Amino acid sequence: MIKAENVVKIFAGRSGVVRAVDGVSTEVARGEVVVVIGPSGSGKSTFLRCINGLETFTEGHIIIDGVDLADKKTNINKVRAEVGMVFQQFNLFPHKTVLENLTLAQCRVRKRSKKVAEEKAQALLKKVGIPEKATEYPSRLSGGQQQRVAIARALAMDPKVMLFDEPTSALDPEMVGEVLDVMKQLAREGMTMIVVTHEMGFAREVADRVIFMDEGKVVEVGTPEHFFTNPKEERAKLFLKQVL
Amino acid sequence: MKARDKTWPWKLLLVAILLGVAAGTWGAIKKIDYKWRWYRVPEYFFYLADDVQKIPFDGKVGSIVKDGATARVTLISETSEERVIKVESESLKVSEGEDLFEGDIVGFEKNLRLGPLMVGLWTTLWLSAISSVFALFLGLFTGIARVSKNITLRGLAMIYVECIRGTPLLVQIFIAYFFLGTVFNLSRNVCGIGALALFAGAYVAEIVRAGVQSIPKGQMEASRSLGMTAFQTMRDIILPQAFKKILPPLSGQFISLIKDSSLVSVIAITDLTKSGREIITSTFATFEVWLVVAAMYLLVTSVLSQLVYYMERRLAVSD
Ligand SMILES: Nc1ncnc2c1ncn2[C@@H]1O[C@H](COP(=O)(O)OP(=O)(O)OP(=O)(O)O)[C@@H](O)[C@H]1O
Ligand SMILES: [Mg+2]
Repeated sequence: MIKAENVVKIFAGRSGVVRAVDGVSTEVARGEVVVVIGPSGSGKSTFLRCINGLETFTEGHIIIDGVDLADKKTNINKVRAEVGMVFQQFNLFPHKTVLENLTLAQCRVRKRSKKVAEEKAQALLKKVGIPEKATEYPSRLSGGQQQRVAIARALAMDPKVMLFDEPTSALDPEMVGEVLDVMKQLAREGMTMIVVTHEMGFAREVADRVIFMDEGKVVEVGTPEHFFTNPKEERAKLFLKQVL
Repeated sequence: MKARDKTWPWKLLLVAILLGVAAGTWGAIKKIDYKWRWYRVPEYFFYLADDVQKIPFDGKVGSIVKDGATARVTLISETSEERVIKVESESLKVSEGEDLFEGDIVGFEKNLRLGPLMVGLWTTLWLSAISSVFALFLGLFTGIARVSKNITLRGLAMIYVECIRGTPLLVQIFIAYFFLGTVFNLSRNVCGIGALALFAGAYVAEIVRAGVQSIPKGQMEASRSLGMTAFQTMRDIILPQAFKKILPPLSGQFISLIKDSSLVSVIAITDLTKSGREIITSTFATFEVWLVVAAMYLLVTSVLSQLVYYMERRLAVSD
């Protein structure tokens, strides 16, 4: 479904050159839930953003359903419509109502009629547990509610895979659960997911595979049981000691 | 009990200062012995014109019916065609049964006309309105070009903005009229509107650029991650949000444009300012006319400010 081959992303900033992603290779099968963890600055976000073309990568290939992102001829907008992304800061459109947030791209990109798009939006709002907020503006919602709308917005495009970049990090602790519940439900329904998170409980419960990154490289890969109970690498052990 | 208003001494001071300024001005004017002619001013807004009424054919006067101050004259042509003309009774030049030739004067009719101040105001308004529309599109395009990834577009936009902002509007108007106008054979109105639009467009571009850049990067990323194109993202996500933010400076720019348009009077476009100058050459009511002209600009700009204020409040619903 998704295949990354030796992906390298180099940032040339003022303070010199950063190899944010440094030769990452992995494969994600349909329906698989992969959790990416690692210390701050290890390149998790950058890798995730490469997968839907928000960052162009310097070297390597990312192949989604047979389409190579490194290929200049690839229509990146088509790829993005198939790859849903949920951000740490929600990034809802503040000038549009919740319903409009969910229907806009459906109409513009999927060319659905307003009616079809709204039905889909209502169904998704119900699914994430806030059907009554359709006509509100995002600023009137709690953080947890906003993030659930953001998930629904991505789902409205019927993506083949969902990417989550620390979806609960900006939330007050009491709202983390409601967002994780939605994500768990998605995983149960067989959605292909790549999740960057610091929620180790979530990783343990839902992940099929855990990828541990450090300094742009994949340091250790394994099932949650293996990774959390008996990691091989020193850096992974150190990291777990700090977060658990 | 109501809390006592503690600001009253300051309000009193404000009134005192205003009165002081007025009294000082009054005293100064007294000294130079200026003869005020306020009574001359209204006729420059509206006046009654005596319009000549002529017979449109060879023929004779049928009947004359006087109805108070106006007289209804029925004219009969040689082919028995009838035509009724209204004139002032006092100005009647013909009598019943009189033979007339085409073009003979029947009398005069009084009509209310717009005076030079109103005509000038109208010119100022449409000149500013048309320039604003062009400036808006030009500024929108240039502002987006300035944040574009394309170096050519960005360079062109930057050169345009820098050239316009680095030179005085008056000089730009001269160049538009005496240079471009001559080379491309353009009318003075086209030159005036063009110069104003180019001038305001550069400032609008900077406002648009700042507005677009003030929208968090996450908005662009969220929209693109849904598969929306760069154009759709600009139109549906970035610009609507930016517009709300830039409405105050943008409207300030357009209000400035109305004031700046007074400079086109130097290329002999008869706007409000030019009308004022023309009136003064015939009446010497210098003080009155300039004060009235200023008041007219002030009226227009404050009405617009109120309108913008109202719009801002309407747009604030999603906050
Ligand atoms: N736009 C950019 N320009 C320059 N350097 C960047 C940019 N974005 C990220 N980096 C650098 O790339 C490295 C990886 O950053 P990234 O955001 O991917 O890390 P992360 O694992 O997501 O960290 P965190 O857990 O803090 O979110 C960091 O050293 C960061 O400073
Ligand atoms: Mg990150």
